[in-house]
Amino acid sequence: MSDAPHIEVRDLTMAYGDFVIQRDLNFVVNKGDIFVIMGGSGCGKTTVMRALIGLQRPAKGAVFYGGEDFWNVALEEQERLKRRLGIMFQGGALWSSMTLGENIALPLKEYTALSPRQLDEIVSFKLALVGLAGFEDFYPSELSGGMKKRAGLARAMALDPDILVIDEPSSGLDPPTARRLDDLILELRDSLETTIVVISHDLASILAIGSNSIFLDAETHTMINTGKPKEAVASGDAKVRHFLTRGAA
Amino acid sequence: MTVNGANVVIARTHNSNEKQWQLDTRRIGNDLLEVSCGGRWCLDQDLPATAIIVPELGDGLRLSFNTAQLSAWDTGFLAFLRTLFMLCEERGVSIDQEGLPKGVRHLLAMAAAVPEQKVVKRSSAGQSLAFQVGTATVALFRSAPEMLHFLGEITLSFGRLIRGQAQFRLSDLWWEIEEVGPRALGIVSVISFLVGLILAYLGADQLRMVGAQIFIADLVAIGMVREVGALMTGIIIAGRTGAAFAAQLGTMQVNEEIDAFKTLGISPVDFLVLPRMLALMLMVPLLTLYAGFVGMLAGLLVSATIFDIGMFEYYTETVRALELKHFLVGLSKGSVYGAMVAYAGCLRGMQCGRSAESVGEAATSAVVTGILLITIVASLMTIIFYRLGI
Repeated sequence: MSDAPHIEVRDLTMAYGDFVIQRDLNFVVNKGDIFVIMGGSGCGKTTVMRALIGLQRPAKGAVFYGGEDFWNVALEEQERLKRRLGIMFQGGALWSSMTLGENIALPLKEYTALSPRQLDEIVSFKLALVGLAGFEDFYPSELSGGMKKRAGLARAMALDPDILVIDEPSSGLDPPTARRLDDLILELRDSLETTIVVISHDLASILAIGSNSIFLDAETHTMINTGKPKEAVASGDAKVRHFLTRGAA
Repeated sequence: MTVNGANVVIARTHNSNEKQWQLDTRRIGNDLLEVSCGGRWCLDQDLPATAIIVPELGDGLRLSFNTAQLSAWDTGFLAFLRTLFMLCEERGVSIDQEGLPKGVRHLLAMAAAVPEQKVVKRSSAGQSLAFQVGTATVALFRSAPEMLHFLGEITLSFGRLIRGQAQFRLSDLWWEIEEVGPRALGIVSVISFLVGLILAYLGADQLRMVGAQIFIADLVAIGMVREVGALMTGIIIAGRTGAAFAAQLGTMQVNEEIDAFKTLGISPVDFLVLPRMLALMLMVPLLTLYAGFVGMLAGLLVSATIFDIGMFEYYTETVRALELKHFLVGLSKGSVYGAMVAYAGCLRGMQCGRSAESVGEAATSAVVTGILLITIVASLMTIIFYRLGI
């Protein structure tokens, strides 16, 4: 079991009714990868992500975590596997009735036996990591879009997950903050050995952090390239080259 | 205490239990404190508080680390160190981070890269009753001008409607009419029938004592058509439609859709509020009329089956009791209640904040405001009609 890839996707097809978004996806995410799922708008990146994190059952195919078939194990097993994941949603998805501190503390309270002092220390540290030190008592409605996003990442990291899934990390952020977030993602991978799956169409970010990637195509509804993003720039597929060079090639 | 060359070494060991964390402090000479961390420093452990080390921190001291025996670490270790560093800074203790793992140093540096925002923390301590009453009173006085302002905007919007200048789509109006009218028939039928039934029983109980059971028909007919039908319909609509209006407009507020109307120079009151007001003002009187008939039907059934009053007899008495003015009073009340519900729902929706929680608050507030307004207006109208002899 331990030799199995961290995440393996086999013949995954995502569809809404009869409309197929992506079909027959096959890819592997290894431990310590920063795996980028890229592609143009509407190609189904987020839909594929929803299958990976247990929010949308695939029309066909399977998602394996450490060799366990996520969609075909008992509900309790699914819950256990989900606890290995930390998810940062595109808009942050913070609970609006809670302060940022409470948002981050909730998973810690649910799944650890930390004392209130330790909870406070960890919440404070997580917020500091994303550049929001001192914002514990703010409500999401009092923050900008970029701040919500960073707070969402702090909540996703709350339990130090094995796998971090991040939907569009840099969209809506100013360039220095986006760069800082990229650095944090790299550091999390290097220091805590976190495996990171990033859904993105931000070229600078993809090329800076991605160690492996797939490219989803909206027209053919399937994966048309795999491999390191930097190598994909010289891909034989014109669509991939066009995307990664912002239409220059 | 051991002697190590020229330095005096005082060592203290803090162990949790086996295979968990280990924390040793060694005082080397007068100015160096070496902190050794071993074992697992992870969130699943009951990690120590920095308070353990605090007594050993003194001004002018230097702190170094030895993590050779550290087998695993995560945020638990980082949070411990960050708090320790803050305490060291407060006490003038310098820190040598060389002995810490590279990843730990990097993550701590990232956490320290953006200085802490100095903000006024909200006091979580309980506020006094006087403070709460004061705050609520101020909020009430502040909301009065807002309510009047919104009423003014609606009035202007109706003015534009009369002049044919209001900007809204007829399809929206028809959609709202369908939503608030035909789709509410089910719930209005059930409640009106039961209220008619209650009125009939109530009347029968009292009128039987004077042998005037036939007047159940008068009581139910006038009661339902003139007062209760409109009141019950108003309350049903406040719960069903008023809350929906507030939630719809509140969500549009959250999604900045209302701002988008404003930036395009389209009045959100014309486009969103007017169709809703018109729909309720047109449909609630009709629902009131319908509620009156359903209530009378319930009275007829109860009278005929329980109290042995003939159906024709009951019908004749009802026709004799009902006058046009009762219908007009009921219809006018229905129309005003509809306007009140629409006003409350749209007001709370337009005042909604930018969060999901605000949408819930807006919906609740719309129902409360709607029912309150209906009750106040019902009382006033009853007094006015009585004075006018209608």
